[in-house]
Amino acid sequence: MSEELHDIRMVVNGAPVAARAPARRLLSDFLRHDLELTGTHVGCEHGVCGACTVLIDGEPARSCLTFAVTVQDRDITTIEGLAAEDGTLHPVQQAFKDTHALQCGFCTPGFVLSVCGFLAEHPDPDDDEILEGISGNLCRCTGYQNIRRAVAQAAGDLRATGIPACGRAAGQGGPE
Amino acid sequence: MKPPAFRYHAPRTVGEALDTLAEVGGDGKVLAGGQSLIPVMNMRLASPGHLVDIGGVEGLDEVVVTADGVRVGAMVRHRTLERHEEAHRRNPLLRQALSHVAHPVIRNRGTTVGSIAHADPAGEMPAVLAVLGGHVTVASVRGTRDVDAADFFQGPLQSSAAPDELVTGVSFPHPGARGGTAFEELARRHGDYAIAGVAVVVILDEDGRTASARAAFTGVGDVPIVVDLTDACVGAVPDDGIGSPDAVELARGAIAPESDIHATAAYRRHLAGVLLGRGLAAAGRRAVAGAEGGTRP
Ligand SMILES: Cc1cc2nc3c(=O)[nH]c(=O)nc-3n(C[C@H](O)[C@H](O)[C@H](O)COP(=O)(O)OP(=O)(O)OC[C@H]3O[C@@H](n4cnc5c(N)ncnc54)[C@H](O)[C@@H]3O)c2cc1C
Ligand code: FES
Ligand code: FES
Repeated sequence: MSEELHDIRMVVNGAPVAARAPARRLLSDFLRHDLELTGTHVGCEHGVCGACTVLIDGEPARSCLTFAVTVQDRDITTIEGLAAEDGTLHPVQQAFKDTHALQCGFCTPGFVLSVCGFLAEHPDPDDDEILEGISGNLCRCTGYQNIRRAVAQAAGDLRATGIPACGRAAGQGGPE
Repeated sequence: MKPPAFRYHAPRTVGEALDTLAEVGGDGKVLAGGQSLIPVMNMRLASPGHLVDIGGVEGLDEVVVTADGVRVGAMVRHRTLERHEEAHRRNPLLRQALSHVAHPVIRNRGTTVGSIAHADPAGEMPAVLAVLGGHVTVASVRGTRDVDAADFFQGPLQSSAAPDELVTGVSFPHPGARGGTAFEELARRHGDYAIAGVAVVVILDEDGRTASARAAFTGVGDVPIVVDLTDACVGAVPDDGIGSPDAVELARGAIAPESDIHATAAYRRHLAGVLLGRGLAAAGRRAVAGAEGGTRP
């Protein structure tokens, strides 16, 4: 049987996109292979590591546990959608950079988007909330302490600047 | 790890979904939040020929709080139920347990009904449904029926729903004004499946003494194991502690834990008793606060 293809449309980082793919195409592979947005990383492919986390309608979700065909017409934000057009980093990205919250960087896109979703809901988190907020993501390099610091810094920066936790930096044309 | 090919169906109504399920029979699977089904497909442990995606089916995404209980539709995500203030006020056990189900990011997609339909003996929500004495509503082209929790869970990942049946919703009865609840578990990391866990309901009589107590355990048997602890707890005043050695002994005798790489059976049995003691104390405290008209934290 030749595999049936579906027309899949969605809005990725504010721009409408479309591609034909089989129903079994995971959102992670749709982003990476069909749209060539390779910032979304794939680690375990069964929901455990969090590397593939993206925002679906502003809420973090595992793209490896989502079939692309099931998110027709939804708003997807990937790591490519956070910095401003001029390259200014989003406060969460900047905080990871400032606090050395990454080494190899493989886990970072997933962490950043999980943290964006977490801070949208907890603008002023305490240390326990931060730990719980990042508990769904694995990092093999950093030992997590600097990631905790990054989240705390980002929370303060987001509150001070008013930049939306899940939008594009400097508020230029990104999905809110 | 890529999932095997399947035919994708996206019905818009319950009727269409049931027709499709009847057509594809045992070769079909319902796709809800996908947080349990897609991992096993990615690992090629399951390869259904057809997936019936109920994400676009009308009328399945409602939480209805009635005088008797909370009715949860098949597409209500764990997160939506967890955030539902009225459901929490009337039936606090739901949020108490949901905060232990996976990580928030998984809860954003996974559904509460999917977790019950999946019948994972390590899941939290099957135990919640069991301890509250709730029921599951299943529908097929042959008709609709309500199944009590006690009859629904048949074994690990086995329920009494047939392949062509859709679980349209589940009903969680309220613990009531003189009831207090708690969910206690131990997991190696927050958000992991628990090594053992317990859902507890304590009901007080008019004098503030324990009228009845029930617990349902997760992770220590093939199905959620419900233990009626009333004989061991009746008459106890919650403030003096109702986690009596009798109750713990009764429970430890009723469960059937197994050993795996995470814990031995003996450790699980010990742990279940410790968690029960904590759960009875917390549920008792909340029952007292609730009966006095305060909020039940
Ligand atoms: C990393 C990770 C950690 C997790 N940790 C936990 C945990 O600690 N505790 C826990 O309880 N769960 C945990 N889960 C599972 C999660 O709660 C799932 O969301 C839930 O078990 C299944 O819900 P779903 O909507 O995703 O179902 P799906 O994955 O879509 O479906 C699961 C199964 O149920 C069937 N099904 C679903 N809905 C229906 C329906 N309405 N009618 C008939 N059949 C149906 C499907 O056909 C399938 O066989 C975890 C998942 C992951 C990926
Ligand atoms: S790749 Fe999706 S969670 Fe690991
Ligand atoms: S920085 Fe290497 S895995 Fe996290």
